[in-house]
Amino acid sequence: MKTIALTVNGKRVSGNIEPRTNLADFLREQLHLTGTNIGCEHGVCGACTLEIDGAPARSCITFAVACDGAAVRTIEGLEHDAVMVQLREAFTAEHALQCGYCTPGMLMTAHDIVSRLPDADEARVREELSGNLCRCTGYVGIVRAIRRVQALRHK
Amino acid sequence: MKPAAFDYEKPRSLDAAVKLLATSDGAAKVIAGGQSLTPVLNFRLAQPSLLVDVRGLPELAGVKEEADAIVLGATTTHAQIEDGRVPDPTNGLLRRVARGIAYRAVRNRGTLGGSLAHADPAADWLNVMALLDAEVLVHGTKGGRRVRASELANGPLSTVLADDEIITGVRVPKLSSAAKWSYYKVNRKPGEFAEAIGAFVIDPVRKLARGLIGATEAAPHPIADASALLPRFDDAIGRAAVSAAGFEAGTYEIQVHLGALRRAAQQVNA
Repeated sequence: MKTIALTVNGKRVSGNIEPRTNLADFLREQLHLTGTNIGCEHGVCGACTLEIDGAPARSCITFAVACDGAAVRTIEGLEHDAVMVQLREAFTAEHALQCGYCTPGMLMTAHDIVSRLPDADEARVREELSGNLCRCTGYVGIVRAIRRVQALRHK
Repeated sequence: MKPAAFDYEKPRSLDAAVKLLATSDGAAKVIAGGQSLTPVLNFRLAQPSLLVDVRGLPELAGVKEEADAIVLGATTTHAQIEDGRVPDPTNGLLRRVARGIAYRAVRNRGTLGGSLAHADPAADWLNVMALLDAEVLVHGTKGGRRVRASELANGPLSTVLADDEIITGVRVPKLSSAAKWSYYKVNRKPGEFAEAIGAFVIDPVRKLARGLIGATEAAPHPIADASALLPRFDDAIGRAAVSAAGFEAGTYEIQVHLGALRRAAQQVNA
């Protein structure tokens, strides 16, 4: 077992973990932060996307033990974030989800797109979304929701 | 799936990391960003008894400028290259390729050295560094050495590195501002490993016309003198080059690799 200390959504936390514990399982099972979903467990579906030290990352292919000292932000930590509030409203308005399983990861990636690439055109938005799989929507509503928030923030 | 159990150490120096590897009898694996290794661990295709985390080692970080090359530290991430946070000595080739590696969330953690050590035949850096004739800097118990990027892989997911050797950086030769390049990947979907890669680099100042057939069955296949394929792509010469890369006549593989090479040739001339 290894002991780790890190910041999650602004709070100092610590835990005793097996080295093979991935970050998503640590968050879900020890901290009960179940907003981060686990899909494929090999880095291709994007459901587990969160932020480590300010940048999006895959928590299913990141070991918790490697996050000792890191600052992690999950979907729960973005409840009052201005961009995330706009994204949630836009996802509702554009029917950008159905079952909702991919949604936390989609929102984390959408947050990165809107923040890092404010001028991305539709083709670039689709390219940036290629690492987040949605089996329900066909992506049309998701792309529209992101474009809507881009437009709002340009006003 | 969940990986099999392993121990984890985060040594403070390169020498300490090498020592851990040397005393592990080949049962240890080096991890940095973990973006190639962890999927393999999760599938239990690899079951090492120890992971040696080199992500924070100062010897593997940073950038050094030499007269005719840039040395990128092994733990340089794909996103750092994509964003231009490290210099690109290749007139934009490295930046463009970085943007096409997996997805941003992976690029933020995945490293140049880790991708090379993993040696997936379809991985971008293995192929790009072979195209550029870059050198991989390696450190082990016996000291440091340089390996030509085109000679690093000796099979799929297999390298010439000894059990106690760690990639510390990559020495990328500088291209002139007149250099042109192309990099054509056949992917079913953005971010996936390529089915075929074709690439060229032409530099009139360095008198260079290199080509590459990538995403082969094993090591990348550089074409040291690709002038016979440029500026007009000769199908028969191209087909012979793809055959020499290990593909058999009449197969899908030869067609898709020939197609990638032809399109790369058209792009570099455009």
